[in-house]
Amino acid sequence: MTRMTVDGEPLDFTEGQTVAAALVAAGRVAWRTTRVGRRPRGVFCGIGVCFDCLVTVDGVRGQRACLLPARADMTVTTREDDDGDDG
Amino acid sequence: MGTTGETADLVVVGAGPAGLAAAVTALAGGLRVALVDSAGTVGGQFWRHPPDTARAAIPTADLHHGLRDYRALREALAAAGDRGRLDLRLAHHVWSVTRDEDGFTVHTVDRRRAPEETAVTLRAPRLLVATGAYDRQLPFPGWDLPGVLTLGGLQALLKGGGVVAGDRVALGGTGPFLLPVAAALAARGARVVTVCEAAGPSAWLRSPGPLLRNPAKGAEGARYGLTLARHGVRFRPRTAIVAAEGTDRVTSVEIASLAADGSPRPGTERRVEADTVGVGWGFVPQLDLLVPLGCALADSDDGSTVVAVDAGQRTTVPGLYAAGEVCGVGGARLSLAEGRLAAESVLADHGAAPVLGRGRRAAVRATVKRHRAFARALARAHPVPSAWSRWLTDDTVVCRCEEVTAGAVRAARTDGGARDHRQVKQLTRAGMGWCQGRVCGPAVHCLVAPHRSYTPTERLVATPLTLGALADLDHARENTGGAAHE
Ligand SMILES: Cc1cc2nc3c(=O)[nH]c(=O)nc-3n(C[C@H](O)[C@H](O)[C@H](O)COP(=O)(O)OP(=O)(O)OC[C@H]3O[C@@H](n4cnc5c(N)ncnc54)[C@H](O)[C@@H]3O)c2cc1C
Ligand code: FES
Repeated sequence: MTRMTVDGEPLDFTEGQTVAAALVAAGRVAWRTTRVGRRPRGVFCGIGVCFDCLVTVDGVRGQRACLLPARADMTVTTREDDDGDDG
Repeated sequence: MGTTGETADLVVVGAGPAGLAAAVTALAGGLRVALVDSAGTVGGQFWRHPPDTARAAIPTADLHHGLRDYRALREALAAAGDRGRLDLRLAHHVWSVTRDEDGFTVHTVDRRRAPEETAVTLRAPRLLVATGAYDRQLPFPGWDLPGVLTLGGLQALLKGGGVVAGDRVALGGTGPFLLPVAAALAARGARVVTVCEAAGPSAWLRSPGPLLRNPAKGAEGARYGLTLARHGVRFRPRTAIVAAEGTDRVTSVEIASLAADGSPRPGTERRVEADTVGVGWGFVPQLDLLVPLGCALADSDDGSTVVAVDAGQRTTVPGLYAAGEVCGVGGARLSLAEGRLAAESVLADHGAAPVLGRGRRAAVRATVKRHRAFARALARAHPVPSAWSRWLTDDTVVCRCEEVTAGAVRAARTDGGARDHRQVKQLTRAGMGWCQGRVCGPAVHCLVAPHRSYTPTERLVATPLTLGALADLDHARENTGGAAHE
């Protein structure tokens, strides 16, 4: 197991998993909040098509968690609304 | 800083079964090939794997079929790489392709150090697009709850990360893909509480010919059937998941028997507890890169639009070839065979000798024909139920990105006069969000124009880019004297 930081908390994952796989393995299926309905969202298509799984990685917004390999030196934040229009 | 890759004889986009088979065949014929995929390893959806460095930590061999072919293709790639003829570009996302008189410019971003991005431009006189397909979705109340995923999404988490997404899983939709997903989840310890197949058990009897001519397919189905029986999984024909319930995560689904037109039969609704749901209604070809190049499209039997190709997988644009599920959904075997045929056409058009002898080429063509006939029969046996929209309520979200409801889409049709998904988009913003209508497009289309095939909107950017990568691209263009023009 390797450890990354998600919303300031440590998250253990197996090297080779995506950020989405790591979150789901830890029991988190939702991490984003939608702009209009303020609804929780997480992984849906799993292959980069739907953009439901967006997170901010090392300060860069709009990253698809299902495509992004998790790394130990990574800082992921999910709490802000990632549905903004910059990106 | 942006870089421009070597010029190759052929660029292949997509390293799934189709792209892999094409690249290996073209390499065997002596061409220099650039093979690009956004994933970190080759294999596509069917042979999705964790990165090579994680194979021991995340074992997935038990989830796969046809691994002997996969290994042989990988060995051939590695050998060509050693001889310096293969430019393998993994974790490179192609966001646009342009064509000029000398061939094609393929704009990619290298995301090996994501979220860092570097623009990389590849050029070749010939381009082969093998970008596959993605799950078709029909909205239903609660499909936007966390824990509801696509069938492919469940499979991708499992094959790519070794992750079983939940404990009690309900699956629904239509098509043979329900079976491998159910079998894989059950084998990995999930409780698959129900598998709802909208088609009736007699669907195959209407045209049994293609099944009889593809006995391997029947055997495959029987194998999955045995796995499901062993795990006590209930397979329910002519049934659909018509709603998902829960607050912050799905906790149950409502299933109902379907009448012949696909509408839920009143009084048959039942609630099944589930913490995870997987749904899929066949697949939609991924035409993002092909549509802007202007090649002719065609209707397929499953209501999607596919790229039109000749018997050698040539599109109507000179130098542009397509293989695999962009040409119509038909499974990994068909994709492999189409990849080989496409590469043989590339070799012939390039003036190189064929790799396969005449007899083998004829055999591959026969395989393609047989599998296409099978795919057509499948599409007829597993249609999108015509009355599916009956399970929508006015407040069901249809466009997940912009959170546009079914009520708003219906109003766009009845009050706004919208006749296709583009007009709905102008009136409601459905299809205007991050996914650019990839997810809701087919469903919105069904709601307003159910009797025509779904053609995706022209998209110029197949993947969003950071501003950094765009700046890199300007740099790359200066460095190559403007070779990368839009
Ligand atoms: C999520 C998912 C899971 C599936 N799992 C199974 C399964 O377990 N069993 C089964 O029988 N069938 C499965 N299928 C069906 C599958 O589509 C076919 O079996 C088979 O993979 C098709 O092969 P292909 O080569 O045509 O396309 P694919 O295998 O889909 O390969 C396409 C490749 O193109 C790449 N690509 C696409 N766009 C770009 C771009 N812009 N830039 C760079 N690369 C790009 C993708 O990353 C992918 O690797 C699945 C389909 C999906 C969508
Ligand atoms: S889950 Fe759909 S893009 Fe990541």
